[in-house]
Amino acid sequence: MQTFFIVAILALGFLITFQIAKASEYVAVLRGYEKSRKQTNKLNGFMLLAFLILGLIGVYYCNERLKGKILGEPASDHGVLVDRMLYVTLAVTFVVFIITQVALFWFSYKYQESDKRKAFYYPHNNKLELIWTVIPAITLTVLVGFGIFYWFKITGDAPDDAMQVEVVGKQFGWEFRYPGKDGVLGKKYFKNVNPAANNPVGQIWEDRYNHDDVFVEQEMHLVVNKPVKLVIGAKDVIHDVGLAHFRMKMDAVPGTPTTMWFTPKYTTKQMKEKTGNPDFVYEISCDQMCGKGHWSMRGTIIVETQEEFDAWLASKKPQYYVANPDKDPSVKRDSVIASAPLTGAVINR
Amino acid sequence: MSEAMNVHSGVAAAHAVHHDDHGHHHHEQSFISKYVFSMDHKTIGKQFLITGMVWAIIGGLFSVLFRLQLGYPDQSFPILETFFGNWAKGGQIQPEFYYGLVTMHGTVLVFFVLTAGLSGTFANLLIPLQIGARDMASPFLNMLSYWFFFIAGIVMLASIFVHTGPASGGWTMYPPLSALRQAGEGQKIGTDLWLISMALFIVSSLLGGLNYISTILNMRTKGMSMTRLPLPIWAMFFTAVLGVLSFPVLLSGAILLLFDRNLGTSFYLSDIVINGEILPNEGGSAILYQHLFWFLGHPEVYIILLPAMGMVSEILSVNSRKPIFGYMAMLGSLFAIAILAFLVWAHHMFVTGLNPFLGSVFVLLTLLIAVPSAIKVFNWLTTLWRGNIRFTPATLFAIGFVSLFISGGLTGIFLGNSTIDIHLHDTMFVVAHFHIVMGVASFFGMFAGVYHWFPKMFGRYLNNTLGYMHFWVTMIGAYLIFWPMHYQGLAGIPRRYLDKKGWVSFNQFGELDKMITVVSIIVFAVQLMFVFNFFYSIFKGRKVTTPNPWGANTLEWTTKINPGHGNWEGEIPEVHRWPYDYGKDGREFIPQTEPVGANESKH
Repeated sequence: MQTFFIVAILALGFLITFQIAKASEYVAVLRGYEKSRKQTNKLNGFMLLAFLILGLIGVYYCNERLKGKILGEPASDHGVLVDRMLYVTLAVTFVVFIITQVALFWFSYKYQESDKRKAFYYPHNNKLELIWTVIPAITLTVLVGFGIFYWFKITGDAPDDAMQVEVVGKQFGWEFRYPGKDGVLGKKYFKNVNPAANNPVGQIWEDRYNHDDVFVEQEMHLVVNKPVKLVIGAKDVIHDVGLAHFRMKMDAVPGTPTTMWFTPKYTTKQMKEKTGNPDFVYEISCDQMCGKGHWSMRGTIIVETQEEFDAWLASKKPQYYVANPDKDPSVKRDSVIASAPLTGAVINR
Repeated sequence: MSEAMNVHSGVAAAHAVHHDDHGHHHHEQSFISKYVFSMDHKTIGKQFLITGMVWAIIGGLFSVLFRLQLGYPDQSFPILETFFGNWAKGGQIQPEFYYGLVTMHGTVLVFFVLTAGLSGTFANLLIPLQIGARDMASPFLNMLSYWFFFIAGIVMLASIFVHTGPASGGWTMYPPLSALRQAGEGQKIGTDLWLISMALFIVSSLLGGLNYISTILNMRTKGMSMTRLPLPIWAMFFTAVLGVLSFPVLLSGAILLLFDRNLGTSFYLSDIVINGEILPNEGGSAILYQHLFWFLGHPEVYIILLPAMGMVSEILSVNSRKPIFGYMAMLGSLFAIAILAFLVWAHHMFVTGLNPFLGSVFVLLTLLIAVPSAIKVFNWLTTLWRGNIRFTPATLFAIGFVSLFISGGLTGIFLGNSTIDIHLHDTMFVVAHFHIVMGVASFFGMFAGVYHWFPKMFGRYLNNTLGYMHFWVTMIGAYLIFWPMHYQGLAGIPRRYLDKKGWVSFNQFGELDKMITVVSIIVFAVQLMFVFNFFYSIFKGRKVTTPNPWGANTLEWTTKINPGHGNWEGEIPEVHRWPYDYGKDGREFIPQTEPVGANESKH
């Protein structure tokens, strides 16, 4: 019923508009087309000026309404650089925006058709054109310079003390692998992937670096103020690890591993206080269209102190033992049957 | 058919010797050869325009549907279930339907409306008329170009109605998502149809483009040197060159994708485990497709934008009764944009794991484009300065174009800078940016062109009052829709998220999304009003009574009010000057056909 009313109102509004439009044309013809055209011209000239003024007020109002809803302080060291670059660019472009938009609408208003004025024949002026080639060129060079400088800082090699985490995207969720005590992620091969046999990543069990790797899903834990290097991959289609609070983003591409690194500045707890939101949590969003669940492909990150992190990691059983309970020393003690020491011999790399 | 072809070879011969009367053959044409399989460039232009309008309504309607979901994610619209059945179960748009809508919206508007509908219409209409030619170099290929476009459209339309739905991988159609049937419903037959449709579309675009280039280079009338060409023609020329050089690359990308989908090759596939199934493919690169796609995809942005720029330059100059400021600089900047368009494609790929050094090169080249763009803006502003501006609906849309081009161009400086792009990539900021600068701005150029050349196309005017309403609602609406959308992007909200309730960080814009949805429905309704105005005015509009209603210099206004095939009845006029002598030596305008006087001042 509601829909019907909306459609009816729209149709009616349309009919009225059309009749007015038709009538106004008849009136224009009756009154002398030139005369009414000049009146309309004045009206439109005025509207352009009004649009400029109201538009600028609108820009201000929009900013007042929405500036509190964007992310606030960046939560990583790289994020600080990104935001700085963003605000520098914003300042430069805002000045250009104001100058050019004001000129556009002001000229349109000021130089609207008038019987008193003759258009000024002004086909070119090399000096002017040179000026407005060179000034943008210089400005952009500065922006490019800053941009590339930060870009290389952000995409440069991770520091040696960075911890590593493997992130794997799949339709529609996230998997993480920690390298364990040895600090090295064991080798994997996609044909080994077998969730039923507790090998969701496709780890090669013969590789001893795999023996202490810890596998978790959906929730990643990081250490505050400790650089982290993410080794990113995908199982099925392209995903993207989007970390809005850290201002970081990197595609997860099947078959082509990518990396990114950053240093979280605040723990989740600190962010809860900073944002005043007790439900705050760092989120991982998939930023690359990946299928029907793309919009819900959410992971979370807990940033915590080193002690908290160590305790958390210690509570996790390495995936090697989950997949091969017979190798697990803690299981072996309790079980009498599970002793087949000769199968699955550990091969050195 | 054959009769029509004889007539046209007659036209070509007449052109070669530059004389002959042309009135005799029009009455011989049957309805089919005149309106359906027509080889008259003006009719083909109209065919492109009207087909483009149909597609624009479809594509626009899709956006209204998915805006309903975005604005009112919890509300049920039973009427949707009536129309779309399972796709909108319970009156709510299902995710796969949503992604199908988004994909089709993008594909249809980028390719069918703003490529074919825009340059197909105006290149066909304006090139022969403004350079002084009787028709295109090959009217027959020109006709084929339209019909390939038409068939491409039929295939695309068919894909919307297949059981598993249309392609739904986004208009960029990245593999592996688009390569794997297991990845979703839209990745089944819908994607094959999408690829076939695109291949046909590319054929159409190449036939058209080659024709435009050869016509502009070879068939200019006497005295029409390249530097006397009106700017729309230069813009169409560069557009055609861009298309001819880049569309084949997309074709190759699409064909490899078809192979991967249907023949078991591994161009784009490697190391894939999907739905628990381990695929045998190894060694392919998913990123390869992105390079191929964006090698077209970026020039495509300019394929869309340049014709609009050209027409806006012409319309601003005519209606401010002033020459375009810096004709040579306008040309130079078009040329620079055309060259740079080929050298920036990887700025769409900053976060794909691209080598950072390569990324920095693309940052430099990308931001370089801002320089010719800035030149164009300043030249348009100076064209308006001290003019005597008539605000026809076309002028208003041209002014609107400049405003939108500034706004959208400036946000490009954010995204082209890889450092900022890390945060903004694939967020709503990108959506806002390209809709303003490429979508709405080009639409404004197109509207400006339609209002300006409608008298030439149909011998009647569009209704002005409706035209003004159309402009003001669209202009205000475009800013209301896309300006605040930047803030969603700054907050990091990714594109193509149909519901943000589940997210702590992205759930703060409910009111805004509602506002945008309401405004986009209003704007869409006003576009329907424009379409109505268009068709109504073809038959009932105020008649044009003078051959040159705008007081313009270019050659199309030297033809009859309703020119027949062959355009000029007698000889093709000779050109003696550039097209922008407005307000010179105290005269309001001096047509290109007027010989340069002895005492005339130089420009």
